[in-house]
Amino acid sequence: MSEQYPALLVVVPLLSALVVSVAGWVNKRLCFPIAVAALGVTAWSCVGLLLRVLDEGVIVYKLGGWTPPMGIAYYIDYLNSLVLPVVSIVALLNLIANKKGIEQQFPDKTGPFYTLYLLMVTGLLGIVVTGDAFNLYVLLEIAALTGYGLLAMGEERAPLATLNYLYMGTIGACFYLLGVGYLYIVTGSLNMVDIAGLLPPLYQSKAVLAAFIICMVGVWLKMAFFPLHAWLPNAYTYANSAASSLIAPLVTKVMVYVMIRLILTVFTPEFVFTTLAVSDAVVWLAVIAIVMGAVLALAERNLKKMLTYIVVAEVGYMVGGAWLGNRDGMTGAILHIVNDALMTLCVFMVVGNIVYKVKGYAFEDLQGLFRKMPFTMAALVIGAMSIIGVPPTCGFFSKWYLIVGAISAGHYGFMAALIFSSIVSVVLFFRVFEICYYEPFADHHGHDNHSGGMDEAPVSMVVPLLIVAVILIVVGLYTGDIVNHVIQFAIPEAMV
Amino acid sequence: MNMETIISIKPLLAILVSLLVVPILVLSGKRPNVREACTFLAAGVKFLIVLSMVPVILNGTQIVYTIAEVIPGVALKLRVDAFGMLFALVSSSLWIVTSAYSIGYMRGLKEHSQTRYFCFFALALSATIGVAFSANLLTLYLFYEMLSFATYPLVTHHQDHEARSSGRKYLLYIVGTSIGFVLPAMLISYSLAGTLDFSSQGFLAGTASKPLIGLLCFMFLFGFAKAAIMPFHSWLPAAMVAPTPVSALLHAVAVVKVGVFCVARVLTGVFGTNLLFSLNLNVPIIYIASFTIMAGSLIALSQDNLKRLLAFSTIAQLSYIVLGVGLLSPKGMTGGMLHIAMHAFGKITLFFCAGAIFVATGKKNISDMIGIGRRMPVTMAAFFIGSLSIIGMPPCGGFISKWYLVLGSLQAHQMTILFVLLTSSLLNAAYFMPFVYKAFFCRPEDAMFENKVQEAPAFCVVPLVITATISVILLFYPQPFLRLARMMVQSITGV
Repeated sequence: MSEQYPALLVVVPLLSALVVSVAGWVNKRLCFPIAVAALGVTAWSCVGLLLRVLDEGVIVYKLGGWTPPMGIAYYIDYLNSLVLPVVSIVALLNLIANKKGIEQQFPDKTGPFYTLYLLMVTGLLGIVVTGDAFNLYVLLEIAALTGYGLLAMGEERAPLATLNYLYMGTIGACFYLLGVGYLYIVTGSLNMVDIAGLLPPLYQSKAVLAAFIICMVGVWLKMAFFPLHAWLPNAYTYANSAASSLIAPLVTKVMVYVMIRLILTVFTPEFVFTTLAVSDAVVWLAVIAIVMGAVLALAERNLKKMLTYIVVAEVGYMVGGAWLGNRDGMTGAILHIVNDALMTLCVFMVVGNIVYKVKGYAFEDLQGLFRKMPFTMAALVIGAMSIIGVPPTCGFFSKWYLIVGAISAGHYGFMAALIFSSIVSVVLFFRVFEICYYEPFADHHGHDNHSGGMDEAPVSMVVPLLIVAVILIVVGLYTGDIVNHVIQFAIPEAMV
Repeated sequence: MNMETIISIKPLLAILVSLLVVPILVLSGKRPNVREACTFLAAGVKFLIVLSMVPVILNGTQIVYTIAEVIPGVALKLRVDAFGMLFALVSSSLWIVTSAYSIGYMRGLKEHSQTRYFCFFALALSATIGVAFSANLLTLYLFYEMLSFATYPLVTHHQDHEARSSGRKYLLYIVGTSIGFVLPAMLISYSLAGTLDFSSQGFLAGTASKPLIGLLCFMFLFGFAKAAIMPFHSWLPAAMVAPTPVSALLHAVAVVKVGVFCVARVLTGVFGTNLLFSLNLNVPIIYIASFTIMAGSLIALSQDNLKRLLAFSTIAQLSYIVLGVGLLSPKGMTGGMLHIAMHAFGKITLFFCAGAIFVATGKKNISDMIGIGRRMPVTMAAFFIGSLSIIGMPPCGGFISKWYLVLGSLQAHQMTILFVLLTSSLLNAAYFMPFVYKAFFCRPEDAMFENKVQEAPAFCVVPLVITATISVILLFYPQPFLRLARMMVQSITGV
């Protein structure tokens, strides 16, 4: 059974998506349990895979028994075995938390929604698990197309915002495909490991350079790396909460994973950081991304949109960390994939709960929330602490590695940007907390008990949220183990 | 110095007690008596745990406990040494007294959201003890930040416009400096030395150039803005909008002392006295501290609001501690560390008195308190004792720490500092004594209160009598604080 985990984690959600779409016709109430069961099995196999990799090292799984480079192979190494459980667990918890929300918003469309949801997860997991550059493109499109569908099911402006995303996302994917095409022309292979073996003599080739640049731009577009971010805020803001709290934590992070995969496995750090020698400039781009993300977030008077700009800034963290070109920076970037996925999930789930109860997420809607929804707000506080980077939440530790990487690379601009963004995050979140805490103001400072009662979201929404909040702290405390036992081996030893 | 160490979970328990009581406080929110009983229980247990470690520490043994290895080479790690024990003893013992006082104050004023208040108070105490027992800079930073955020709801308790603007100032200064200065300084130190564990002569020596060490030193000095060293002091007067027990325990003892504790810890444990001395870094530190002492005292002279006056007095007194450590002479360092304890008992008494006056009469300004001594003789007697302790006159504990500071400045051949210390004592007398004098001695027609004794509730009065008494006792029996401070200085300087 455990030999088949790599196939299971793609096949199970894929097939259950079909089952769910059929079940939707029979009895709508069947969809949710099937979807949860499917994602449960997926999460189980992802965790199983991680444990196996910890035990045995890299696993190569030949799909259908075809040997690479002809057949498609799944390579499960230390890098993606870390990302897989994150993707599947985030998807599972988010699904459970959003059952009520989905039923409230789309009473007639629950079947199709769950189908899209499962297909999206299939695509994301496939991207992470595959070892084939072209196969990655296919899965990229699966994830993207289902993502458009999910995001468009939202407010009035959602379809238009999603259309914008569709254009940009398609361009991004095309760029990536074009780059892979170049690679195929010069190497005659699509298998990542195979390509990496064939490339070294071609490092001076302009075609390889073009392939790399085009792939990078495509991936940056997909991950909303400033200034290619313009599609993201609206698309995520106007979507329904279930979709945005699946997509916001995962899509950008999976794309960062793809970038790191391209750098580490396909093109190798030697080519990217030594032959190319543009890392300094890219890190400066990341600095701009972080600063602009933070400043644009400051300009928002709307919680959800503010969070989407924070996502843009966080992408800058990871791109910058990866491009610092040293071990600490890369460790920080990989660690931040995990941490940022979890903390973004946390804050977007909070928005989901708020929307469920208050029917809005503008700042004015948040008044008195500490009293009304104390558990949700507690989770928001923990999520905010993680984004600000307060120990022992996990966000602090990835920031730690990123800054240490910046210092050892001598890139003090990146360090300053990280510090700046932390301070801006304090302002951002405490501005929200102030509204939730003070308003409506009492006429004089009230010695009476504010007796307005609690009006918390349903248990099924609050419990997964609190689990995520606790995970933020637990992951933080286990950073040492994650780095020592997993990430350390994910980075080639050549990188120092 | 190779200290003998034993591994024990006690320091972690001391931290966790008040953390774990928080859910119980929330659940018992509807029954205030049960809730307060739990607070007392937690405070008592915490104090007993801390107390149970005292004999071990006095034997010259250290207690260590590793929570988690979060970053290779840097663990979340606790270590109890003499200096940490001194501070933990002061804050955990005063929490018990303050809990009693809180009951009198909060119920006396029928404050809202008392459950929240007691919860965050407990949380703040966890963080305080955590700072005291931190074995390295990362653990220290963790608890420092935890304290910053845990005290925010206490500072802004009233939830009105004034609380909001003070809260903003509080966060801006405290969190802004810790993220802006301490965090990068910590990471640069880590990059330089590869470790963050405090050691008796620091770990930065020989790792970096002179200007970089100097820069780091000032980033730490100003980064711990809880120490209220000028120009990062103005959050403290603003934080006086908090209920008085918060001002008393947190903004005269726990929070601000955490600031100076961190400064002292970093100066001795990260840089090391030899490094500071060889680079002459102690000179700017003592002059910055002296400036803060003089300026704080002078501003205090002009204050009419009693709590603001006490806040500026605290700003000045905190810099005594920094000054003492910055002198780098054994006597001066002893005096500085000892002042953590001595000032704590004196200043908390003064704040308790200010709160008691507010509960009993609703008055906040000194100009409205003429003749208050006739109405509240016990409170004002305690106030007198507290102010004597701050001035540094017998029969109060403050005398001992000032005495050591004076000796220390002689030992370090810093005559200017001697002058600063003496002038400051005069200034302290100048802002406290007129108030005390007018409280007791005024013409009957000037008195603003009827000549009838009417004190605040017993829960307010008893704690302030206790702390005032302890202030006096500390002069005659300054143990174990003096011994702890001496042990710490001995482990640093070998003298």
